[in-house]
Amino acid sequence: MNSSVITFPGSNCDRDMDVALKKFGFKNKMVWHDDTELPKSDLVVLPGGFSYGDYLRCGSMASKSKIMHSVINFAKGGGKVIGICNGFQILVESGLLPGVLLRNKYLEFICKNVHVTINNKENSFFKDFDKDTVEFHIAHNEGNYFCSNEQLKEIQNNNQIALFYSDADGNIDEKNNPNGSIKNIAGIFNKEMNVLGMMPHPERMIDPALSGEDGSIFFKNLINNLK
Amino acid sequence: MIVNEQVAIDHGLKKDEYEKICELLKRTPNITELGIFSAMWNEHCSYKSSRFHLKNLPTKGKNVIQGPGENAGVIDIGDNDAIVFKIESHNHPSFIEPYQGAATGVGGIMRDVFTMGARPIANLNSIHFGSPQHKKTKNLLRGVVHGIGGYGNCMGVPTIAGQTSFDESYNGNILVNAMTLGLVKKDKIFYSKAAGLGKPVIYVGSKTGRDGIHGASMASASFDDKIEEKKPTVQVGDPFTEKLLLEACLELMSGDSIIAIQDMGAAGLTSSSIEMASKGNLGIEINLNKVPCRESKMTPYEIMLSESQERMLIVLENGKEEQAKKIFDKWNLDFAVIGKTTKSKKIELFFNEEKVADIPVDTLVENSPMYDRKWKKAKLPKKIKVKKEQFKDLKVINVLNKILSNPNVCSKEWIWQQYDHTVMGDTIQKPGGDAGVVRVHGTEKAVAASVDSSAVYCWAHPLSGGKQIVCESWRNLISVGAKPIAITNCLNFGSPENEDNMGEFVECVQGLGEASAYLNFPVVSGNVSFYNQTKEVGIKPTPAIGGVGLIQNYKNMITMDLKQSENIVLVIGKTEGHLEQSLFLREILNEKNGPPPEINLFNEKNNGETILKLIDKNFIKSAHDVSLGGILTALSKMCIKGKKGVTLKKPNYLISKFEYLFGEDQGRYIVEIEQSDYKEVAKILEKNSVHYDEIGTVNDSELIIDDKSKVSIDDLIKSHTIWLTNYMSK
Repeated sequence: MNSSVITFPGSNCDRDMDVALKKFGFKNKMVWHDDTELPKSDLVVLPGGFSYGDYLRCGSMASKSKIMHSVINFAKGGGKVIGICNGFQILVESGLLPGVLLRNKYLEFICKNVHVTINNKENSFFKDFDKDTVEFHIAHNEGNYFCSNEQLKEIQNNNQIALFYSDADGNIDEKNNPNGSIKNIAGIFNKEMNVLGMMPHPERMIDPALSGEDGSIFFKNLINNLK
Repeated sequence: MIVNEQVAIDHGLKKDEYEKICELLKRTPNITELGIFSAMWNEHCSYKSSRFHLKNLPTKGKNVIQGPGENAGVIDIGDNDAIVFKIESHNHPSFIEPYQGAATGVGGIMRDVFTMGARPIANLNSIHFGSPQHKKTKNLLRGVVHGIGGYGNCMGVPTIAGQTSFDESYNGNILVNAMTLGLVKKDKIFYSKAAGLGKPVIYVGSKTGRDGIHGASMASASFDDKIEEKKPTVQVGDPFTEKLLLEACLELMSGDSIIAIQDMGAAGLTSSSIEMASKGNLGIEINLNKVPCRESKMTPYEIMLSESQERMLIVLENGKEEQAKKIFDKWNLDFAVIGKTTKSKKIELFFNEEKVADIPVDTLVENSPMYDRKWKKAKLPKKIKVKKEQFKDLKVINVLNKILSNPNVCSKEWIWQQYDHTVMGDTIQKPGGDAGVVRVHGTEKAVAASVDSSAVYCWAHPLSGGKQIVCESWRNLISVGAKPIAITNCLNFGSPENEDNMGEFVECVQGLGEASAYLNFPVVSGNVSFYNQTKEVGIKPTPAIGGVGLIQNYKNMITMDLKQSENIVLVIGKTEGHLEQSLFLREILNEKNGPPPEINLFNEKNNGETILKLIDKNFIKSAHDVSLGGILTALSKMCIKGKKGVTLKKPNYLISKFEYLFGEDQGRYIVEIEQSDYKEVAKILEKNSVHYDEIGTVNDSELIIDDKSKVSIDDLIKSHTIWLTNYMSK
């Protein structure tokens, strides 16, 4: 399996993602934002960080960088694309995913473990997850997902919601919403289910010595289902 | 502008210092030259009041690769790996403009570390605010925390530990000390010593603007009523540019084109160029028209004194300019050849084809003033007789709840949750423990770091306080299973021109030096911040110590959370019941006099080293040092973290239970061991002459002190977490 991680100026989870992908068997290449061609890839990842310093709006300038033309074409051709945190912001700014990511409700950066409940397993990202609720890690200032009522209806009808913030037992409520996201949304798919954007960082949870190991499930599942 | 004595005084120079400048130059300096002298000779850059005493600190050791005098200290952690680290203050700017002040403090210290070729792998901070009731405290705290997070998070460097305190002596002068650790290969360390003649001097990074002019001079004076007017002296940070600068510098450093490199921190282009020239015993010639400027019509004076952030000065090998420029172009950063090294041993500046400054380097550095200031020795305060009647109406559980919710003890989660502490994927002990721990990427090794200060002890008796704080740092590292290696210090004091404040400095440094020499825990870098005061009143003396230690195999790291019911809890070290200057006496009985606890360096070293032996043999299940609030406070934190309780035994001491539970005797740890290991552990402790007491056993639900006093873990958690969250949400 070949993967590509895009490095934008200001990306800072690109190395972590590289480490995680390689740990679970991907042949990963780092791709510079100014390149025009993607290497042959089964998966493209837009990593977390502060691309272009989050200036203008998070993800907005990165969505216009040279490599994104290729990423967009890759996605439109059915290629699998994941955006984590700032990568999610870039995906919504580039139009590959609906909605926007606003500042967290309490206007503070949040770095902590949260539980997320998987809403839709009929896709290559979550197909063989043996549990419905996992513990992931978030670290963001702008993860408050928002969209219009029409968009919300549409993504609900198409089953495009990937993850909800919840408690360990899968209760999805305001108490377990860390950032004010509409309907507790932590991640969404595009209509075709080949593009995933999510705020949590599975790459930070791949070792029992770290904050937890549920990220390992994500990557193991990913490589198995992309084969 | 004509330079005279008054102009010099307006620049913060003293009359005799101005006379010395004229004498050294054998003429009157022009305004640019005067600006340069004032920047180099101020307290912040010249250490003129502290050098005399700092030279006595122990700075050598078998693991020390680089001691004080470079951008940061460097220690050897084996396998060709080295850790570069330093702590630095950004107190005055943070009080004037908390977000930018704190942010640029973090940016500055990271630059110091990556200037040496190291990739930053962890940030820490020590921040001190005025009384929570003071009208400015809440906004300052919020601004500082946002600033530290804003910069560190964007850089993608985890903030793994820190310390926050509140004391009314910081009402008009908060402290913001930032520390960074970086990882470098031993054979790829970069220094600031220029070498070779006719080598190109390169400017890289952001453009130069008018921000921060005279920042270092501002940091070298006391605050008065006009501090608001000093806002323009605060620098404005751009972490995005610094992230690019970091990547570009590390990319350039992977080759062999750099001779010397120095970041432009305090006093900007002035101090960076002069330091490189001075260390290399060379001259430097700069054409100021070549310096990339953000604003038009900047004068030589402004260009030389600007403290715009995210800039570096590099002396390059001849012929490598194009290759280097390509890297900085790739990262969209300015790159300009602005001058060359010369044999003149002078700083020569040109602007519009005119020579605008011509100063021998040694007049700025070696000949800078050094003062042996007058200081007063502090007497050890008399012991206080605490009358037993004062305890009569106190209930242990009430006292414990009050202590756990005290601003200086309570959980600081509200703060560290705003710092990205997990980026880089190697944080194995996050904030809230005794020390933060990160793995050395791709290896089994891990590095532990902690930052500590005890202003109250230092205020009561500077000599004891100085010793205590080094020992506390040592204990925090031991508690996570790390072998302590070296320290960095940030010495925050009042005015050196005040004999009492200067005395506090001298004796704290003396104590600090004694402890670090005894523990073989040398000082490899540091920073002095004087004039932390408003009008005539200085802060409590607050030396902050950043300690760094090594864990050979990260799987052997220790945490403080209690692990298993039925396990035995021991206190290592002797309990005497010292209450003076304890949180209990100060906050519960409102008695603020008396001496701080004594330090016994022999016991300190012996206890710590013996615990490391027990950890090596895998006997220790959890550990925590006993500090503020004594045994019961430390134990409560272990219960909270592990969501377990402890049933305490009746103590074998003849002291009152308040002395036993809340006394702050030093050199103590609480450790958890398995029952089956008890005999073997006792044998090792006895063999090493370490005093220990069995104090209780772990249970599943409650902290039980005696028949009448017990408290559930949920209630402990509530007392510990509620204060800061409530305070910040009001």
